[in-house]
Amino acid sequence: MLTYPQELKYVKSHEFVRVEGNVAVIGITAFAADQLGDVTFVELPKAGTSFKRDDKFGVIESVKSVSDLFMPVSGKVVAVNEKLSSEPELVNSDCYGAGWMMKVELADASELNSAMSASDYQSFVVD
Amino acid sequence: MTTASIKETPLASAHKALGARMVDFAGWNMPVQYKSIISEHMAVRTKAGLFDVSHMGEFIIKGAGAFDFVQYMIANDLQKLPKPNMALYTQFVMPHGGTVDDLIVYRRENDFLLVVNASNIDKDWQWLEKHARKFDVNMENISDATALLALQGPNAALILSKFAKEQVSALPSFCYGTGIASGVEIGFGRTGYTGEDGFEIFCAAEKSPILWDTLLEAGKEFGIEPCGLGARDTLRLEAGLPLYGHELDEETSPLESGLGWSVKLDKQDFLGKDALVNQKQNGLSKQCVCLVSEGKQLPRQGYEVYAGDKKIGIVSSGSQGIFVGKPIAFAFVPPQFATIGQALTIEIRGNKIPASVVRRPFYKRAR
Repeated sequence: MLTYPQELKYVKSHEFVRVEGNVAVIGITAFAADQLGDVTFVELPKAGTSFKRDDKFGVIESVKSVSDLFMPVSGKVVAVNEKLSSEPELVNSDCYGAGWMMKVELADASELNSAMSASDYQSFVVD
Repeated sequence: MTTASIKETPLASAHKALGARMVDFAGWNMPVQYKSIISEHMAVRTKAGLFDVSHMGEFIIKGAGAFDFVQYMIANDLQKLPKPNMALYTQFVMPHGGTVDDLIVYRRENDFLLVVNASNIDKDWQWLEKHARKFDVNMENISDATALLALQGPNAALILSKFAKEQVSALPSFCYGTGIASGVEIGFGRTGYTGEDGFEIFCAAEKSPILWDTLLEAGKEFGIEPCGLGARDTLRLEAGLPLYGHELDEETSPLESGLGWSVKLDKQDFLGKDALVNQKQNGLSKQCVCLVSEGKQLPRQGYEVYAGDKKIGIVSSGSQGIFVGKPIAFAFVPPQFATIGQALTIEIRGNKIPASVVRRPFYKRAR
């Protein structure tokens, strides 16, 4: 059963955002991880890089396919999950927890107003 | 293709009950994975896996001219099957050298059984019919009435021995046996598409759900896992086995695909022989090689292969080599770049990733 925690925000390109003060924790949703299947490689930017919302920030590869990763919000990367380079499977086993990808300093918190709630995202992926 | 025209095997509901992710493959709604491709791949390498490959086609060729007809249609030598219950791997080759399909031919008591790729059933049937006129043969397409399950892995023989009439462990590779499982009559070849020991098991289509459940139950103590087409693809690639549409097609000969071991140019006349002899004498224009690439990015079909700055070839299949633990690929390159140890690069998302030509296969089981 795929889950979508209430406290997160979601975007159509299947990334989630967890807001912690002025920092956004970014990763991919359970739906995206399930669709990709076994993740073998996650390519992430260096800390310090700045992105606009919808910019491509990385690449995720699974045995089956390869997909681009897109920024759900604008901001500067303050941390990346280094563990994913040796344990990319964390994205499959715990996408909202140990499988997080980056922490971003929010450039404009109001961008989150247009992101989806858990229930909206759930309807979005079911359709 | 519309949803209405997608076919299902008799096991579709069994797959869905097991939580399989279903995909359209060659017009068939097939399981791509149950739990994960990696765990299914490893189950086959270390224990056992069960695949539904009922989408594949089966033709029966019989009649006084059956031997001569099959011998004329294939590039391997049917003389290698001097008696019934033996099988061989081969290809149908076109007059210009391209490949119609690759297949397994079983010699049985009174006929030949041909097992062909699902995507090519109609094309193969027409190809055979077109050339059958000069021969005294009857052909029957039993694809829809026949289910095919592949039981693969080091524990496969232990599982199948519960149901076989003969001693399974003594059955040589590419030989055919029979048995009964929960009342279902089965025939099986010691064949497969994974690089492991294993069996491809035929039964009547309507009985296949019983056979599927029986084999999964009997295999429990041996660590069996249901496996989808995703693992089938990663297993065959690691084992260095070609897939029609990737390493073989109408513009690629079996020699170019690296299947020369199965092409018998010294046998009597067969369809495509002149073109293959010509290729052998004058050299190939392209050759399928095994590449291992560095890093973690995976080579995939269509990626370009370079020697220095020059584009020289293209990846036909690529993936993570799940058991061998590195990115692996098949690629077509000119023969001068096909030497073992040749350093090349594969362009992956704008970066030229170092790769080298290695001996086929990537994985070979200990015997």
